[in-house]
Amino acid sequence: MTLNATNADEPFDCEAQSEMETDALGAKLAGAAEPGLVVGLIGSLGAGKTRLVRATATALGADPSCVNSPTFVLIQEYFGHIPVYHFDTYRLRDVQAFADLGAEEYFGGDGICFVEWADRVASELPLDLLKIEVTAVAPTARRFRFTASGPVSQRVLSRMK
Amino acid sequence: MIRRDLTVLSNVVASQNELHERFGGVVPEIASRAHVRCILPVIDEALRKANVKLNELSAIAVVTQPGLVGSLLVGLTAAKTLALATGLPLVAVNHIEAHLYACRMQAGRDIFPAIGLVVSGGHTNLYDCHGPTDFEWLGATIDDAAGEAFDKVAQILGLPYPGGPAIEQAALHGDPQAFNFPRVFLKEPRLEFSFSGLKTAVLYKATGIPGSRDPVPELTPQRVADLAASFQAAALDVLVSKCRKALRQRDRTRLLVGGGVAANGAFRQRLEEMCCRQRAELFIAPREMCTDNAAMGAIAWELLAQGQIAPLDLDVTPGLVRKPKPTPV
Repeated sequence: MTLNATNADEPFDCEAQSEMETDALGAKLAGAAEPGLVVGLIGSLGAGKTRLVRATATALGADPSCVNSPTFVLIQEYFGHIPVYHFDTYRLRDVQAFADLGAEEYFGGDGICFVEWADRVASELPLDLLKIEVTAVAPTARRFRFTASGPVSQRVLSRMK
Repeated sequence: MIRRDLTVLSNVVASQNELHERFGGVVPEIASRAHVRCILPVIDEALRKANVKLNELSAIAVVTQPGLVGSLLVGLTAAKTLALATGLPLVAVNHIEAHLYACRMQAGRDIFPAIGLVVSGGHTNLYDCHGPTDFEWLGATIDDAAGEAFDKVAQILGLPYPGGPAIEQAALHGDPQAFNFPRVFLKEPRLEFSFSGLKTAVLYKATGIPGSRDPVPELTPQRVADLAASFQAAALDVLVSKCRKALRQRDRTRLLVGGGVAANGAFRQRLEEMCCRQRAELFIAPREMCTDNAAMGAIAWELLAQGQIAPLDLDVTPGLVRKPKPTPV
């Protein structure tokens, strides 16, 4: 795993060369996370968004056989040491539909929220957001760009560095 | 409204009306506020179509899991209120188990014990069905559901939504051996599925390998057909193989299949061939009962017969609850 450490509010890049390294990154995020954190994942189909959530939720104590894609069921909840709420906006037609889900009731609460396809519902997400852009750079290698935009996400990101 | 003999008197689905239009038929179930608006008209319509009055009912059945908490709560609150007002017993139904019970309704006779597969956009779950209400969890997908993979591959290939029928149609003109896509866990005894890697493999063939400068062949109609056929073959190989493994591991001679992907003609054919070779009986839910519907709630009659009446302080269970495997005797 290559880490490129930078200052607090600058993007932080991290490259995973394999799924095992993605697992390690998920564990690192899990170790740094705190209740109330909202993570917005951005990346095309097959980029590895669900894979990173799976790695993080599993590291937080969730049953790995429960963590899968919420594309059709829209929200999944996993119960580890901290509750993890896993949203997927892929099937939603507009931001209103995301609001109708009652997503904001989960934000800033007792758990950690992951929102896949966060760019599609940007206006409905909290200002304090840990944005993660996922890009495939080789068949199994992924680049993760972290950007924090508020006190909680900045604390979490600085703990990761 | 379903009679004790499993005759469906009425089967009303709210997403057939204006709600369906508002969400373009894609996600009608999300808005709990819309559920609040629809639930009483739907109950009235179900009674009217069945020509039944509330005081003629024997019990009220309601789905409590799995699903979105808001939507489940609306249904449960309505059902509890009806049960309290009428004094009728309340019966809690698991939506996934009801999908398998649709096979029992179609068969018109006892079909248990059996292996059950629920395969849809949201689920790819295998069960050992000991009886009509006794489902033992065997395994599920660890990433994408099978129906989700069909939809996402259809999008990658520029095919229309819903992806299942579009892939099936395109595959008719394609070569299923044109591309050798991964069949994850195929050789392993574990009864789990993984379709995310298959989706990504199709993506790389369609749009190129990340980081590579090699030119990507043009996505001609023939290439799309070949990709669709090869993808479908890989997905069905795994689904059919895991059903066969479950039948053998559990020494069962009947297979029940429910959920939207069960409407795929190629899948049905492959299942029939496999069951024929295994000398197993195959029960696939009828098309209208593969997708979400109210009639499969008939499983409530079985629960009622066993005295499984829910208390009025019953709560919803939004996530998927896996029953622990029974301890061996």
